[in-house]
Amino acid sequence: MTEGIVLRDERADTSPIVSDEVKYTTCYMCACRCGIKVHLKDNKIRYIEGNPDHPVNKGVLCAKGSAGIMQQNSPAKLQKPLLRVGERGEGKFKEIEWEEALGLAAGWLMDVRADDPSKLAFFTGRDQSQSFTGWWAKQYGTRNFAAHGGFCSVNMAAAGLYSIGGSFWEFGEPDWDLTKYFLMFGVAEDHDSNPIKIGLGKLKTREDAKFVSVNPVRSGYSAIADEWVGITPGTDGLFVMAIIHELLNAEKIDWEYLKRYTNASWLVIQAEGEADNGLFARDATGTALIATPSGKLLPNSDRKADPALVGTYTLPSGRTAVPAFQLMAARYLDEKYSPDAVADKTGIKAATIRRIAAEIAEVAFEQEITLDIPWTDWAGRRQEKMIGRPVSMHAMRGISAHSNGFHTCRAIHLLQMILGSIDVPGGFRHKPPYPKPCPPGPTPAGKETQANTPLDGMPLGFPKGPADLLVDDAGNPKRIDKAYSWEYPLSAHGLMHSVIHNAWAGDPQEIDVLFMYMANMGWNSSMNVPDTIRYLTDKNPDGSYKIPKIIYSDAYSSETVAYADLVLPDTTYLERWDCISLLDRPISSAHGAADAIRQPIVTLDRDVRPFQDVLLELGVMLNLPGIAAEDGSALYPGGYAEYMVRHERTPDIGPLGGWRGEDGTGQGRGTPNMKQLDAYIANGCFWEKKFTPEQSYYKFANKSYLDEAVRMGWLAMPGQVMMEIYSETLQKFRLAAQGFGELQPPDHLRPRIDTFFDPMPIWYSALEEEGLPQDDFPLHAVTQRPMHMYHSWGGQNAWLRQITARNPLFIHAETAAAKGIADGDWLWVTSPHGRVKAQAKLMQGVNPHTVWTWNAIGKRKGAWNLKEDAPEATKGFLLNHIISQLLPAREDGYRYSNSDPVTGQAAWYDLRVKIEKCAADEYEETEPMLPPQDHFGLPEPTELLRYGADLKGEASGLAPVAMKDWIGNREENAGQKSGIRPGHGNKLTDVPGKEKE
Amino acid sequence: MTSLPKNPPKKKLGLVIDLDICVGCHACAVNCKEWNSGGHSAPMTDTEPYGADPTGVWFNRIHSFEVENEETGGRTVHFPKSCLHCDDAPCVTVCPTGASYKREEDGIVLVNADHCIGCKLCSWACPYGAREYDEDAGVMKKCTLCVDKIYNPNLPEESRVPACVSTCPVGARSFGDLGDPESDVSKLVAKRGGYDLMPEQECKPTNKYLPPRPKKIGREGQAPELVPVADSSAGVIARWVDKFLSA
Repeated sequence: MTEGIVLRDERADTSPIVSDEVKYTTCYMCACRCGIKVHLKDNKIRYIEGNPDHPVNKGVLCAKGSAGIMQQNSPAKLQKPLLRVGERGEGKFKEIEWEEALGLAAGWLMDVRADDPSKLAFFTGRDQSQSFTGWWAKQYGTRNFAAHGGFCSVNMAAAGLYSIGGSFWEFGEPDWDLTKYFLMFGVAEDHDSNPIKIGLGKLKTREDAKFVSVNPVRSGYSAIADEWVGITPGTDGLFVMAIIHELLNAEKIDWEYLKRYTNASWLVIQAEGEADNGLFARDATGTALIATPSGKLLPNSDRKADPALVGTYTLPSGRTAVPAFQLMAARYLDEKYSPDAVADKTGIKAATIRRIAAEIAEVAFEQEITLDIPWTDWAGRRQEKMIGRPVSMHAMRGISAHSNGFHTCRAIHLLQMILGSIDVPGGFRHKPPYPKPCPPGPTPAGKETQANTPLDGMPLGFPKGPADLLVDDAGNPKRIDKAYSWEYPLSAHGLMHSVIHNAWAGDPQEIDVLFMYMANMGWNSSMNVPDTIRYLTDKNPDGSYKIPKIIYSDAYSSETVAYADLVLPDTTYLERWDCISLLDRPISSAHGAADAIRQPIVTLDRDVRPFQDVLLELGVMLNLPGIAAEDGSALYPGGYAEYMVRHERTPDIGPLGGWRGEDGTGQGRGTPNMKQLDAYIANGCFWEKKFTPEQSYYKFANKSYLDEAVRMGWLAMPGQVMMEIYSETLQKFRLAAQGFGELQPPDHLRPRIDTFFDPMPIWYSALEEEGLPQDDFPLHAVTQRPMHMYHSWGGQNAWLRQITARNPLFIHAETAAAKGIADGDWLWVTSPHGRVKAQAKLMQGVNPHTVWTWNAIGKRKGAWNLKEDAPEATKGFLLNHIISQLLPAREDGYRYSNSDPVTGQAAWYDLRVKIEKCAADEYEETEPMLPPQDHFGLPEPTELLRYGADLKGEASGLAPVAMKDWIGNREENAGQKSGIRPGHGNKLTDVPGKEKE
Repeated sequence: MTSLPKNPPKKKLGLVIDLDICVGCHACAVNCKEWNSGGHSAPMTDTEPYGADPTGVWFNRIHSFEVENEETGGRTVHFPKSCLHCDDAPCVTVCPTGASYKREEDGIVLVNADHCIGCKLCSWACPYGAREYDEDAGVMKKCTLCVDKIYNPNLPEESRVPACVSTCPVGARSFGDLGDPESDVSKLVAKRGGYDLMPEQECKPTNKYLPPRPKKIGREGQAPELVPVADSSAGVIARWVDKFLSA
């Protein structure tokens, strides 16, 4: 090498001053709710990093969270309240003052409330304050409230809560530390993203576990799975039932677990044609009966009984009954659930299904885990050890968004129950406040509504039988979205996707005000976007809109803003108070209960207000009880922050569990503590109460845990939470459909309810496929979010859009080759409902009968203050455009929602399509294409972004400190090296003053 | 032409990236951009951030691709790539002004913006494409290994790590002294068969990649086949009746 220039006059400053101040808060870029540390310089955000002490993310932060700076810096932020001046959809507004905006909103809402409060439909999106927004709806008096869940996850929530008293994601997680076999079903990247990534990293680097991903697409987590099973969409239920078939056939069953912790031994009345056929046999006190092997009938509460799981028993009435287990076994032992029988439909070879079943059995029963942790069960029986079956499962959207999702999810839980792997070491673990009884109650309120009167309970709940439905005397739906009707009886999260259509159609009722919050229901949070837009803009002959008034609150200029009459601009997540509450969807983990707050990090620079403050202000103007005092003054003059501290849902229980009581020592319960928020801030904006080892597993039957749950207000009684392999609740609906009971469904719904309210999991193909000439639409079409955008609603981000600003249609290379399709070709993607234009991208790692794309990339021209030639608008597309929100018409013309018939979950993964190359002159831009949206009142977006040029740190003059090796949160290294806390990113254990784990 | 340090650095700071667990989430890339937006090479300029062709300066980028193998099946690979802080860094020796240099004390390769004339020779010389030209500033920028973070006493100890490493949710990224065979990262590389990217280019990169481990698709004898306990469903249940009720 020749001698060159040696020019070393730069000394890189290794010790600049980074920030003036570091503040803690909670991320809101998705539903993960990670703890973050925000470094501030001159009231600008210098850097956002994960909080190492936080129970959710343990110091790590994903791409979205790391892009929070650009969310705050977005030119799409709304600036001021807006009143529509053009036609709906044009985006033409005038700016108005808050006084006028609130006056208008309160005037509209007051008129409705004085007439019929149910004429307000209040729907929020991925709202993290639902315990508050739902309560506001209750105080207002409308039953027509729900949030994003009906679109997203209600199948997972309902199937879990009606089966095991908990659910995947929010109320449960795999035992990442101990599991040895982890099955992930479908697209699951969308939820719990950092905890799952942390968990997969641990599991994979531990090297003693296997990770199987059952997913039509080999992206994301599937890419690092030890085995990828490229299943055909919507057939997971069959796959799971075939595994159950194999386990039963080989007698790989945790008999004792089923006897003790599930209703497998409960006797089911066998009396075809009688009113209680299929219900549990009960004694005079109503307690379900079991049989002993010798045939003696006992109440299931008998602590000494060893119940039989098989056999036929004679009841005192002379009728016969059999244990639920026997019914279940008989069903899945049938050859129609054998691996050979399901192989074609699932696209999985029978040998693969058999092998996976054998692997599961081997891990569950031959690699049993025993922890030397004594515990006592609910009945006072002391156990010396905790036995674990280290097979765990996780599922989310990929299972949920099918019309068979409820039963498929129930089948996964049934598989876990047979294995005895729920809330045991190595299995699936509950997160507090769950488990709760199946279903958890309370029931939905709003059977009757009255002018100027609150509802008698929260609008969303869990029906226990036909008597809890919200229907009129003729059996017709009462809610605008037809939730809790005979059409979708267990729709515990409502049907957000039905609201706009139903409001337009006046079916089952007309509404006066549609009030939406951070739900992009005029775009990617609706199916059938073209018609949804028509419903929002359609007029009566007199020129008035069919949906009379639309109020919308959003922080950004989303597509839905253009359809609002009145826009109430919200703040960003860094400008507000918030609470992530145990009353709703907390940040708990299997290790303990936790909740969190957000605090304002940066000073507001625009005339916008936090939506929760606005709701309280409106509540005062409307004189809502609980929000306004009798003299009309505000009960929470300090706004939402004060509500978070002082509101009590029941005495001593409020939105936040930490630092309660006057002295701040109360946990879970206690009187309001006016210094509570200071305590949260001092602790990094979260509170966590960890379980003792004794409380950590078998929570459904663990006396120490159950007592704790009662103390904390999570359970009313410390009794056992019995899991349900057999759902009597479902059977009650089925009996009604068969003509029994006082409350009867309309005749046309009888066959539907009789079919789908099977007390044990069933599988059926997508409802939309019924009558569909499948050869004409040979491909399944599904979506997922890219990891750097999943579950995020602030859909425009200057950094993230550099990674993904357009979405192709991904096709298996062989499927594409057969149609002469090459990379980049423009295609018509046609469903029975419509067509959309997209560009092809070929790949190998996808089920050959499936095409897919990234969801929610496509944007309307001009929306989100992007330039009109932004690729999101010209090349990005929404598959939603061609997903019908209604099923094909029945004979009488009626169209059901394209939803799960049990829960009303939107079935947007049921889509079938065909693909054809576009004509050459059709290339270049996606269709359908709406006229550009005016971005009224927003600043012109910059052409050049030099963010941070003014944030470069000045020299501190301090000497550099010695650097240290840093190794990721991998078990193999954590074990090798002192100073790494396993599962906590790079958190040191030897930081002075920090406790060791 | 610019010289590499006369005394080759003993300390070789670098990254170890585990391709077995990288899920391609882009957390490292975005957190890097975020830190460095106000860091040593600030800003990380973005052009057309809200327009037709949004592009900007990124020190770390993730490439996702598929590899098909008839024997072992296909694999989707997520491959993060940033400056590898080579021992024999051609981006340094090609630099006509001395702007591009390798630190003697730890081997980090940096650019002195004051001397960079934006000639882009270094980006042509780098076989990894790991240099990032800032059109607006007219200078070359690149991964600094967070040189303003890893030694910075103004930060708590646990934050003194490159942004991409501390933020990585799966723990696929590690950081340390690869010149010290006893360091944790060196041991990790040894244990897992860490390798140099494109060694034939003879740049002696410091960063190492850990290869994906073999898939654990069922192997012969791994789990015994399940054997039905009876010939028919009725037979299975009859067996249970027999087993549990006749006692």
